[in-house]
Amino acid sequence: MSRVLSLCAAPAVAFFAAFWLLPVVQLLVLPSKKGWGTYFAVLTNSRYLQSLVNTVSLSLVVTLLTLLLGAMVGIVLGRQAFRGRQLLLSLLTLPLSFPGVIIGFFIILLGGRQGLVADLTDWAGFGRSTFAYGLTGLFLGYLYFSLPRAIATYTAAASAMDAQLEEAARSLGASRWAVARDVWLPELAPTTIACGAIIFATSMGAFGTAFTLASKFEVLPITIYNEFTNYANFALAASLSITLGLITWLVLFVTRHFTEAKSGVTLAGV
Amino acid sequence: MRTNPKTPTLLLGITLIVSVFMIAPIGLSVLAGLLNNYSTGIKSGLTTRWLMEVLDVYGSTVGWSLMLGLLCVLGNLLIGVPCAYALARSPSRAARLFEELLTLPVAVPGLATALALILTYGHMRDFRQSFAFILVGHMVFTLPFMVRTVSSAFQRHELLAIDEAARTLGASFIQRFIGVLVPAVLPAIVAGSLMVFTLSVGEFNLTWMLHTPLTRTLPVGLADSYASMRIEIGSAYTLVFLLVILTVLWGLQAIGQLIEKHHGT
Repeated sequence: MSRVLSLCAAPAVAFFAAFWLLPVVQLLVLPSKKGWGTYFAVLTNSRYLQSLVNTVSLSLVVTLLTLLLGAMVGIVLGRQAFRGRQLLLSLLTLPLSFPGVIIGFFIILLGGRQGLVADLTDWAGFGRSTFAYGLTGLFLGYLYFSLPRAIATYTAAASAMDAQLEEAARSLGASRWAVARDVWLPELAPTTIACGAIIFATSMGAFGTAFTLASKFEVLPITIYNEFTNYANFALAASLSITLGLITWLVLFVTRHFTEAKSGVTLAGV
Repeated sequence: MRTNPKTPTLLLGITLIVSVFMIAPIGLSVLAGLLNNYSTGIKSGLTTRWLMEVLDVYGSTVGWSLMLGLLCVLGNLLIGVPCAYALARSPSRAARLFEELLTLPVAVPGLATALALILTYGHMRDFRQSFAFILVGHMVFTLPFMVRTVSSAFQRHELLAIDEAARTLGASFIQRFIGVLVPAVLPAIVAGSLMVFTLSVGEFNLTWMLHTPLTRTLPVGLADSYASMRIEIGSAYTLVFLLVILTVLWGLQAIGQLIEKHHGT
């Protein structure tokens, strides 16, 4: 039987080895050809370090706000019955299938030079306000990109919450805030950790949105892309990709083992 | 689900704001793609001329993206379903290790995978300049979704008994696999295929690095139009993407429900 199993797995193993493992090993050894210091370029070069700090802080803030907003919307959609609920949920999760470039374009439509907000502020007499190409635009784009995943996850988690527990708390006289803190928060904690890790990792590696916005606020994926295409600096691009990949993988790995050990929740969605 | 009359107003307000933020840009972009002149607004009248221009300049990207998505699903079915079975049945440590490795292309940003592929295979010109290069990238990225979905279906206990029964009746492995096991996990296979297809059609991070001027997908064409065309054309092209992805989602869901109905699980 084990021979049959090996034969079953063989094509996938061969494919994966040829088109992921082997290439990634090449990527891993490439920086060493320019000296071992190349691996630490992100720490020794202030421009790259700035780009890394930008990416981590942007992703962190985006993740926290996404979790907060996603949980609130998820609680409403998961527990409140109203007409058009299913349609609203479908519309809110539709952007899960959008590439990042489209979201960049949406931000340009909202906050670009010909954008909706510019028209509105002009009409109100404040002049044409644009925010698409700076930090605000990038931030809103990342938020737009992350929210559908959080909303979908929290809606599912909130509709599975134990209603009796909440009723018991209420009948014992718990205030709204006490219910939120002592009933909702613990019940949604595993979802929050798992979903937060995915959103953080996705934001760290997001490329399309920042690419379309050609933002002045530089993030690591854009730095890597520029090193590779504009300066043909392959060893450096490889080194920075390794740094980025290590961070996202570590975050996902640690949270997965933490949440699995805690509650048996798996990151099936990864 | 039960109605809860006591949902705080704050939550309802936030839900409303988030909904407007998420849905308004979609509507705005659809409208902009149909307007004669975006800066003049609705007064300029509606037109399909930008849509026609998009189909003229970028029409081929739609077909290629759908084709790539389809091939990506087929390829992952061929190599992924047997692999999912092996991972579900094998108790070995090597199987657990491979399972872990397989999720790496999802955990690591697409940009890194794309760079690695270019560094390794970039010098093979015919391969590099063909759609096969993009297909390989998409397959590596989507394989874990197929394998994980199908593998957890293969782990069901009753399946083990059915498999055993067929075996004692003298069915060979191939007969059992095609006649018993695969039909039993069909809903998971459909769910996995749906996921793989939509991921492939919308993939940009890998594809932008792997594409060449002659191998462009829908998202690559979109990025190109946003950078070089007027805002009406970018919007019309976005509308084309929306129509494609909605058709695909609805179509695949209908197929999934049909199979589920006939399948009875």
